[in-house]
Amino acid sequence: MPPLIEVRNLRVYFPVKRGLFSKPLYVKAVDGVSISIGKGEVLTLVGESGCGKTTLGKAIVGLVRPTDGEILYKGKNILKLKGRDFLEYRRNVQIVHQDPYASLNPTKTVFQILSAPLKRWGIARTRDEIVERICKLLQLVGLTPPEDFLNKYPHQLSGGQRQRVVIARAVSVNPELIVADEPITMIDVSLRLGILNLMLDLREKLGTAYVFITHDFGAARYFSARGGGRIAVMYLGKIVEVGSAEDVIRDPQHPYTKVLLSAVPVPDPEESRKRKVIQLKSLDIPSPINPPPGCRFHTRCPFAMSICEKEEPPMVEVKPGHWAACWLYAKR
Amino acid sequence: MDPILEVRNLHVVYRSPRGYVRAVDGVSMTVLDGEVLGIVGESGSGKTTLALTILRILPSNAKIVSGSILFRGSDLVSMDENALRDYRWKRISMVPQAALNALNPTMKILDHVLETAQAHGIRDRKYVIERISELLQMLRLEPERVLRSYPHELSGGMKQRVLIALALFLDPELIILDEPTTALDVLTQRFILDLLKDLHRKTGKTMIFITHDIAIIADVADRVGVMYAGKMVEIGDVYTIFRDPKHPYTKALIKSIPSLVGSVEDMKPIPGFPPDLINPPPGCRFHPRCPYAMDVCRSREPPAVELRPGHVVWCWLYAKR
Repeated sequence: MPPLIEVRNLRVYFPVKRGLFSKPLYVKAVDGVSISIGKGEVLTLVGESGCGKTTLGKAIVGLVRPTDGEILYKGKNILKLKGRDFLEYRRNVQIVHQDPYASLNPTKTVFQILSAPLKRWGIARTRDEIVERICKLLQLVGLTPPEDFLNKYPHQLSGGQRQRVVIARAVSVNPELIVADEPITMIDVSLRLGILNLMLDLREKLGTAYVFITHDFGAARYFSARGGGRIAVMYLGKIVEVGSAEDVIRDPQHPYTKVLLSAVPVPDPEESRKRKVIQLKSLDIPSPINPPPGCRFHTRCPFAMSICEKEEPPMVEVKPGHWAACWLYAKR
Repeated sequence: MDPILEVRNLHVVYRSPRGYVRAVDGVSMTVLDGEVLGIVGESGSGKTTLALTILRILPSNAKIVSGSILFRGSDLVSMDENALRDYRWKRISMVPQAALNALNPTMKILDHVLETAQAHGIRDRKYVIERISELLQMLRLEPERVLRSYPHELSGGMKQRVLIALALFLDPELIILDEPTTALDVLTQRFILDLLKDLHRKTGKTMIFITHDIAIIADVADRVGVMYAGKMVEIGDVYTIFRDPKHPYTKALIKSIPSLVGSVEDMKPIPGFPPDLINPPPGCRFHPRCPYAMDVCRSREPPAVELRPGHVVWCWLYAKR
């Protein structure tokens, strides 16, 4: 059986506006990414802003067009899906955006927001069926008693409650995969794990697979460890390291991952103050329009060798199931 | 160490169409000379309002209902605008969050600096440029390039450092930093935190460091104040607060952080939602979410209990009734 989603050598370039006669330039947001997501699997994409994680997520749900490479849904290229197959893909791959304030129509009630997809996909037809189904959804996402929320407008809900409505909408059509792009970034600290637990519960109950996108390594670790999934670290449009949550967090291999993890503050004053931060050669992230040749990280990497400037490192399996794209581990 | 700032029973409200929002509701705390006091709380806990009140730069719909803020013995709450001018920025300054448009996009950085200087009666252009260049250099920026730039030409980390330089410009005794690394990337955040720690080591300036991220507090603060729904709930030195937190909210907050250390099995969200500050719950604000809530917590506000010198908690579990 082919995996649920397979990303093959994906490139997504965005043109930069320039003068009429000058050569067009492109921001290489995703530049050669291959990864697959199985049924019910959890994959976390983590990286700094501009690394391409959001673009990769959008490409998986079909919101941006690949420049090169392909995305397969159950073995079929999503750009070539037609009729029934296309509808099946559309329904089964959903997205949750970062901003729960912008993703809900302010003029619609929670009932209206949640009934639209149910009607669209013929999941519930009569009004009674729809009400019953929506009440179940609201209960599932912890908005209880559901009757209190049906007629509320988004502005009457808190950020955490809104994000729950967004998640309820995404799961209402029983998707096989949800791409969750920074779903907890705008949520109160004390509620963040609640949202992640909710997503993990839904996976237990409904078998939903997740692509969880975050810049927060702590959240990446929590979600992937709890969901028994992998973490993929991205840098300048590429995946530089991928492995199980605890492998990547406790025993990072790629220098970029090592540097990032050493810089994250931890909620323990003794531990935090004795941690050794690995220093970079340069703090500036190179432009994704003209990324450095060879390994993209070589301009900042404290371990860079001469080969790193010339040749792109291949993905190497450093330990079982733990891969890194770095010349420190590759045979030349 | 002597106190530099004493906040006593401060109440601040915002007018809203639905009624008064009780943003800071009876906060008392002491800031010691030369320390870094971390203040941690979620959005709506009142931490930013507290900062704006200390500088008396609250928006027009806010009102200080009661309480006092003594800066080296002088009450900032009852002071008139004229007298405040000698304190604001000269003796107490603030570093806002750079991501929140703290810099005017149509003005070059140099113009921001000149304007700030002029507002405080410094007209010697040469002196101003010399002084700001020195500060920018200390923050590892190239003064010539930065001063000539518009805000949009600088990265988030650079803008944040410009704001820190502006706050240091008049050599104040107390600097309030409000989420100075929020919305910055991990590596930039680390760089700014290390710069601030270095700055504190070199100058010994008193800092109030406000953030929602308790991991940052663990990294930079000497003492920590934890705020919840307009109240201070616990205050103590950083090691005590993390090793042996007493308030149920502090305990729950530390456990709610998805961290790189410790076991993921021990990390748990806080049940329920933060309260509505127009109609806050009676008694202890945290009681609807507290696993230890007793009858008294539902009706009476908990008093301050000093468990050990410097470790104060506002909770009925430790109070004598």
